[in-house]
Amino acid sequence: MIEAPTANPTERIHDVCRRFGPDRENLIPALQEVQESEGFLSPEAVDVIAGYFSLSANNVYGVATFYAQFRYHPPGRHCLKICQGTACHVQGSGVLLDAAERSLGIRSGETTEDGDFGLEELACLGSCALAPAVVLDGVVHARQTPKKLNALLEKARS
Amino acid sequence: MNLFTIREKARAAWAAFALPGQPRILVGTATCGRAAGALEAKKSLKAALDAYGLAESVPVFEVGCNGLCYAEPLVEVTGHDGRRVLYRNVDARIAARLVESHLVQGEPFMKRALCVVEGNPLDGLPKWAELPMIRPQERIVTRNLGFIDPDELLHYVNRGGYTGLERAFALGPEGTIEEVTRSGLRGRGGAGFPTGLKWGFARKTPTEPKYVICNADEGDPGAFMDRSVLEGDPHAMLEGMLIAGYAIGASVGYIYIRSEYPLAVARLAQAIEDLRAYGLVGENILGSGFSLEIKIKKGAGAFVCGEETALMASIEGHRGMPRAKPPFPAVSGLFARPTNINNVETLAAVSAILEKGADWYTGFGTEKSRGTKTFSLAGQIQRTGLIEVPMGIPLRTIIEDIGGGVEKGKACKAVQTGGPSGGCIPGHLLDLPVDYENLAEAGSIMGSGGMVVMDEDTCMVKVARYFLSFTEAESCGKCTPCRMGTQHLLRLLDTILAGEAPPGTLEQLHGICETMKCSSLCGLGQTAPNPVLTTLRYFEDEYSHYLAGEVRRYRIEAEACEGCRACAIACPTGAITGDRKKPHLIDQEACILCGVCLQSCRYNAVSFVFEEKAAR
Ligand SMILES: Cc1cc2nc3c(=O)[nH]c(=O)nc-3n(C[C@H](O)[C@H](O)[C@H](O)COP(=O)(O)O)c2cc1C
Repeated sequence: MIEAPTANPTERIHDVCRRFGPDRENLIPALQEVQESEGFLSPEAVDVIAGYFSLSANNVYGVATFYAQFRYHPPGRHCLKICQGTACHVQGSGVLLDAAERSLGIRSGETTEDGDFGLEELACLGSCALAPAVVLDGVVHARQTPKKLNALLEKARS
Repeated sequence: MNLFTIREKARAAWAAFALPGQPRILVGTATCGRAAGALEAKKSLKAALDAYGLAESVPVFEVGCNGLCYAEPLVEVTGHDGRRVLYRNVDARIAARLVESHLVQGEPFMKRALCVVEGNPLDGLPKWAELPMIRPQERIVTRNLGFIDPDELLHYVNRGGYTGLERAFALGPEGTIEEVTRSGLRGRGGAGFPTGLKWGFARKTPTEPKYVICNADEGDPGAFMDRSVLEGDPHAMLEGMLIAGYAIGASVGYIYIRSEYPLAVARLAQAIEDLRAYGLVGENILGSGFSLEIKIKKGAGAFVCGEETALMASIEGHRGMPRAKPPFPAVSGLFARPTNINNVETLAAVSAILEKGADWYTGFGTEKSRGTKTFSLAGQIQRTGLIEVPMGIPLRTIIEDIGGGVEKGKACKAVQTGGPSGGCIPGHLLDLPVDYENLAEAGSIMGSGGMVVMDEDTCMVKVARYFLSFTEAESCGKCTPCRMGTQHLLRLLDTILAGEAPPGTLEQLHGICETMKCSSLCGLGQTAPNPVLTTLRYFEDEYSHYLAGEVRRYRIEAEACEGCRACAIACPTGAITGDRKKPHLIDQEACILCGVCLQSCRYNAVSFVFEEKAAR
């Protein structure tokens, strides 16, 4: 049976945790699922998760901050990730990152003031054959140029 | 269910997929196909079929990547005459025309036709096996990529799948290990450790339970072989994992896969579900008495978690930091139990080896490096893609014949192999045979198989800096040589690139590299100096320019400039001016020497010379 999502975030996070057993092995999967449903790991979320796994919040932060995937602030409504893998690098991903930073008026790792866009760098997407690549809201776009990227952002804005 | 019944079902499923005389369309929808627009092409194909009333009679299937990534999206059309034609760069508009031309009018759409995959020849079109990109290849690990529906276990079975597992059961665990040992297979995850030997260690350790792990972390930037295999033929790896589990006596298997690969994760989840439905995973597999559960663990974005002990710490729910060896995983690995860990490609080779036999496998490759190796060919090369070649093949064959040479007619300056742990092989060494020993002698490593081609304009010091910025960010910080060494190397490279390095900098670079190599805790720190050391070895003259206080100064050649504005748009400081269709000019005062103009120019109009920095 699929339960209806609850409005209360604490309840919701608890529900996500309960899908896993409280073994240490499930800590990272639980963090991933909570971030998936909440968008980021809030201090409250970390407290709930720590309680569920009988760990201290410090312990949970210790694990989470080791991994690049976890965020501690709300992400932008749109998420642009620019691949910085080797193939993308030699095909000009630096130019793309620069173009995105200028177009959005933020640095990599930041979110625009209106909360519309978040900008991130990505280690390697594995789309090296069609470099340089970017990911906008989970969709991979190949062979990008600053011009194409600006058009993508324009489209997302409207 | 037994294999006999599964094979009967497989024949029926295959008949529905590849019925002789039945027109059909295959669309390559692995991640790079999708990035290039394969899903839009598929939608358009379906709409066109609908419009011509062919939706019922012409099925459209999704397949994995056949490796010709440069030509994505790829679509294969089988006409009423049974001839299979592969088309390249099929966007939504071309897709509609393919249907009209090939299926309605019965005329292959020659403008985008790449080759004839099967059936009667067509004037002016090569056959699949004759394509320059395909001819030198030997496809073992990638045997099914692009030819089956990856979500169909039965397709895999019909192409000989799970025969290897059956044979392993007949040989028994010891016999299976013997077979893998005899095949000469060496781990494809980077280190090249003999696979049979490693299995033997894990088998001999008496502690239980035992674990088998598939390393699908593929963290090397520039590498996508494991992703392609898992997206296009997940069972090739899964069968190998079952065989490995059986051989060492494992009861639980983990697949550790990076979360940047959502499609591969989905394909694996589906494949494991199907295995369960057919009794090929879980309790008492095929009545053999052998039981194995397989779980998927998603990585969370840490390169070092590809290292086996760090990976195991991560599965256990800890920070993914490596630990000293011994004890080796075969003695004390995951949850301190005997564990065997292998790379995706290693396991996908195992299933083929057990199916066809060790003697068959040793027919490929060289004495010390048996079999084949997959490479992801990327960078500044004409034909990028996923390839599989016999070990010992000259690098030149890969770059020039398979890859078609460097883009824009430029010369090949270097080929980077092995990712951040590897090195740059200079263009003058292209005749080097590609195997573990020769690559190591040249100062690089085989690594997992990333191969990034760099053209004559590439700044090799910047390349070294790029890899160091990667390893510096990914160093886990547990051991000092790696944590501090990567930081210092990066800082030194920055001063060099700025033309501000004090005398003695080269000696300092060498010293730090040596310290890191001999005293770092894991492979990350031990190999992080490789990009610096190989660029120093082969491209010292470039370092010399910077060390003499010179920097690259860029110019636009008026005769070659088409005035396309590409460089002007790309320039971060607005230093480039010029009207459309008129030669552009770089304002040297505003230029910050980033080299973006050189990269963005399609007409080879931007060049550079080394000039004293102060001369600006
Ligand atoms: C920093 C570092 C990263 C690694 N990343 C990977 C990886 O992404 N995939 C992989 O299969 N092996 C990787 N390895 C190698 C593994 O530690 C291990 O040797 C390998 O999984 C063994 O499998 P094999 O014998 O089949 O090659 C890495 C090693 C190091 C030191």
